[in-house]
Amino acid sequence: MLPLLLLIPLIGTVAIIFTPAKHAKAIALTASLFAFIFSVVLGFLFDKWGTSEFGLTAEIPWFETFGVSLNMGADSVSMLLVLLTTLLMPLCVWGSATAITERLKEFYSWLLIIETAMVGVFVATDLIFFYVCFELTLIPMFFLIALFGGENRAKACIKFFIYTFTGSMIALVGFLYVAWFHANQTGTWTFDIDTLTSASQQLVFIPFSMHWNFLGWNILDIDITAQHLVLLALLAGFAVKVPLFPLHTWLPLAHTEAPTAGSVLLASVLLKLGTYGLYRFVLPMAPDAVVEWAPFIAVLSIIGILYTALICWVQDDIKKLIAYSSVSHLGFCVLGLFALNPLGLQGSVLYMLNHGLSTGALFFLVGMIYERYHTRDMNSMSGLSKVMPIWSFFMVFFVLSSVGLPGLNGFISEFLCLIGTFTASLDNAAYPGVLGPWYAAIAGVGMIFAAMYLLIMVGKVVFGPLKEPAVHHNVRTLPRDLSFREISILLPLAVLCVYIGFRPQPFTEAIEGSIEHVLSPYPARVERLARQREALLSPSVRELTTVPPEDTPVDLFREETNDGG
Amino acid sequence: MADKLWFLVPELILFAGVVVVSIMGLSPRKGVRDSLPLITCIFLGMAFAVIPALYSGERAEAHMEGAALLFPYLGKFAKMVVCLIGIGLVMISTGLIDRKYEHAVQTGRATFDPIRATRGEYFSFFLLSLIGVMLCCSANDLIWLFLSLELTSLPTYIMVAMSRSSRKAQEAAVKYFFLGAMSAAMFLFGFALLYGATGTIVLSEMRTAFAEQVATGGINAIGIFGMILAVLGVSFKVVAAPMHFYAPDVYEGAAVPVTAFLAFVPKTAGFIALMLLLGTMGWADHGGPGTTGLPAPVFSTLWLVAVITMTLGNIGALLQRSVKRMLAYSSIAHTGYMLIGIIAGPGLGLNAVLFYLLVYGIMNTGAFAVLAALERGGQEIETVEDLAGLRLKHPGMAAVLSICAGSLLGLPPLLGFWGKLYLFMAGVQAGQIQLVVIAGLNSAISAWYYLWLVTLPIMAKPSPQAETIVRSPSMWARVMGAIAAILIILLPVFSSRLVDATQEATKGYQGTIDIGRKFVDSGVLSPRSTNGVSRDGTQQPH
Repeated sequence: MLPLLLLIPLIGTVAIIFTPAKHAKAIALTASLFAFIFSVVLGFLFDKWGTSEFGLTAEIPWFETFGVSLNMGADSVSMLLVLLTTLLMPLCVWGSATAITERLKEFYSWLLIIETAMVGVFVATDLIFFYVCFELTLIPMFFLIALFGGENRAKACIKFFIYTFTGSMIALVGFLYVAWFHANQTGTWTFDIDTLTSASQQLVFIPFSMHWNFLGWNILDIDITAQHLVLLALLAGFAVKVPLFPLHTWLPLAHTEAPTAGSVLLASVLLKLGTYGLYRFVLPMAPDAVVEWAPFIAVLSIIGILYTALICWVQDDIKKLIAYSSVSHLGFCVLGLFALNPLGLQGSVLYMLNHGLSTGALFFLVGMIYERYHTRDMNSMSGLSKVMPIWSFFMVFFVLSSVGLPGLNGFISEFLCLIGTFTASLDNAAYPGVLGPWYAAIAGVGMIFAAMYLLIMVGKVVFGPLKEPAVHHNVRTLPRDLSFREISILLPLAVLCVYIGFRPQPFTEAIEGSIEHVLSPYPARVERLARQREALLSPSVRELTTVPPEDTPVDLFREETNDGG
Repeated sequence: MADKLWFLVPELILFAGVVVVSIMGLSPRKGVRDSLPLITCIFLGMAFAVIPALYSGERAEAHMEGAALLFPYLGKFAKMVVCLIGIGLVMISTGLIDRKYEHAVQTGRATFDPIRATRGEYFSFFLLSLIGVMLCCSANDLIWLFLSLELTSLPTYIMVAMSRSSRKAQEAAVKYFFLGAMSAAMFLFGFALLYGATGTIVLSEMRTAFAEQVATGGINAIGIFGMILAVLGVSFKVVAAPMHFYAPDVYEGAAVPVTAFLAFVPKTAGFIALMLLLGTMGWADHGGPGTTGLPAPVFSTLWLVAVITMTLGNIGALLQRSVKRMLAYSSIAHTGYMLIGIIAGPGLGLNAVLFYLLVYGIMNTGAFAVLAALERGGQEIETVEDLAGLRLKHPGMAAVLSICAGSLLGLPPLLGFWGKLYLFMAGVQAGQIQLVVIAGLNSAISAWYYLWLVTLPIMAKPSPQAETIVRSPSMWARVMGAIAAILIILLPVFSSRLVDATQEATKGYQGTIDIGRKFVDSGVLSPRSTNGVSRDGTQQPH
């Protein structure tokens, strides 16, 4: 069934290529709607909700010599993300109806190809197939920005491409290393994700050390395991995509220059490929390394949350503001993942969905304004609620959802991420973690910042005295306020936001099994780490605090001789 | 003897082609002269068709037993690849040589004079060079190897000179010739030392001699030094680091089809020669029984050569404004990637090199086909700025260029990605993680200039000079570009078969059985332990 879902957009692409350009939009809409309906049907057929198993599996051999295949399957998390993707796609097509007026064939065929690639990423159960789809998302997005982007598009698309490509090359080496390790142990090459996950957990027994002593100084003193290297390699691939703090600089540019549909897809789905990669590969494949380095990654995401929130505060360009806010929001998502407990992970997975819905909608809204006024400068407009009440309603609604107003979807996930981080301390009985209240407290400041910059933006643009940009809107093609078409794009997203806000239980229950499966290696490892730290600390603490009796000489080498004996 | 000749049937067919083509080129009838590319293709096609039949059946197996080649089945894959890519290269060359002269003859401004016509010569040299590569595959002694390597290179010197009437081409040819002669001297000296170290020039006997030396305390210094010299000499053919400096000038000076030829044919010959030469030392036991990897000095040399080659190639390409120079540097970089496979050795490594040769042949020919298909005022297009806005007037060629550049970059799901994946797998399997990481980072660097080739045609506004670009009169370059693009997209679906074919090509590599131990035949399934000279410090599981 899943291969068929991947094929539907491709068939649409072929149809677009071989029919006149005027039909392109209709074909794209039909194909994407059909894919959405089909995926909803698959959602009902999918019988593994709430468990950790993969359903709807399909096995297609490809490179038998290396065990590369086109195997597909979905667990509940990937099923939800597939549904998010297929839901957004018809909206993107529908939303580009008036914005894109030339090169229709190319635009809509790239949109459909990227749909196939994105769905492929979520349903691949073969590492190489995953990687191919992961990289394939780059090409259509590259062309969407390059052909339909704003003024600075050349720089934007190349920067976007090179950042992501560099990261994923390193991730590929990591994947290959794991696959080789497995092949070496068992004698057969395979790229089955499940098999390689358990193989990768064994990598912790392979030490990796680098020592470089130069004239008596220890310049390099590294003692880690191969699993840490795998973690680093995979992080290089996925952290760029998320994006995590020091690697986020491609995102604002790409988002700002992309056409509306491109920005929506970037924010709603492509960034989720990064967090999905962290969830599906990093956490299960490198548990020991994650336990040791989670604080480091958490600190990076907290820096990202606060730093980009501050950047948002001083933005004049609405689109750039929302782009930076994505970085800030996804920081919470990563923080929740590395809390290593069910609350955090539930929050994180929900965050992927919620961020997709609300930020996608915000980009649609900005696109609608841009189509009317040809500017995104906050200072050149204000009080739009007087002329565009419907637009203003949706703007306020989605901003509130993005800020995390209780009752809307954003609140649940942000709250779960933070509470997960808060309780992720070593003394948590069921799921001890390596973060703790302090992490949550500092990240929580980011929520306040989010409220500030988003509400300031709403205050400026929606309320206040009416001011419209000098270039007046294009009355011939677009009504002053939103058209029926535009409302029909925003309404489904708004309804979903309210629904998830009021009833998140079906979603959290659906992903419970998968989360438990991902977390299964963790409690034991965290406890072991805690014991190790205790063992490391206690002798020195004892020596410092107890004064040895004066008549017994202190045997400095006591420990060594004991060990040696 | 008869058996040996029997296995040279493809070469003999091509040799017949050489004679036929060179005579037909003198014909006063224009129709005959115009059919030269077709005739060349027919001969290549015949050779291609004969090869599979030669390598199957009892007679073939008996011969393979007796001939004692290092890689008995190498020829099947390599020769077929050479014929196929050769056909593509002929298609690019169509309508190039003697174009002005033929035009003058046609319009009556000149009368046909066989002395001045060079088309027949061009295609016969073309075929001779391909014969050289094919002979390399069945080389079993150093003399044969040397002669076939030179047979590959000598015609190319002339092809460079006759490809264009400009001085640049002649300068390039002279430069190429002298440096080629120097490299030949170098590897000939290496060969002499190898002979001194083993007392034989037959490759399979050298294999035995080296294996004995390994078993009794290591290969002697003369052998090691000879091997390093030979490798450095051959690195001229594959365009690797210390001997790469001629490439940008020569590639720029030659006409586009000849450049495409230079980027593929001598490189193939060089890699086959590297496989055969290093095959005499083997990839096993040098660090003690049971270890894998080349002898430490040879390994270090190749490792450095690979790293410097790919880095220099990519950084050099970044700085270029001439498309041909850029592709020349990219060709250097790709050699660096392929050297990973050579270092990794039998098992995945050599297979990956063979596979990559095919892949590189297709995408390289496709990229040059675009350049050959376009011209401005009868001149080739030179700089990348000429490509700006190409898609407005020549959308098909812009698409082909994008696809080929994407494939050269190694973007999945295009063909180039699978080639790179195979090489990287081989590198990881041989424990050369750092080398693979360096190659990965290099691919990332290369993204910059390959993306230029993608974005300029589709995004930039055409410059005034780009407005005047027209299609060149021969349609075959365009056809070749389209074929390459289709292959790049579709071949991954079938490349499982191709991978199996590469495995078959290195099937019979045994090493010797004299010292009582069978060498690791196919490394895919065998547990490998760390090379004595591997520096990554990871202790690998047993």
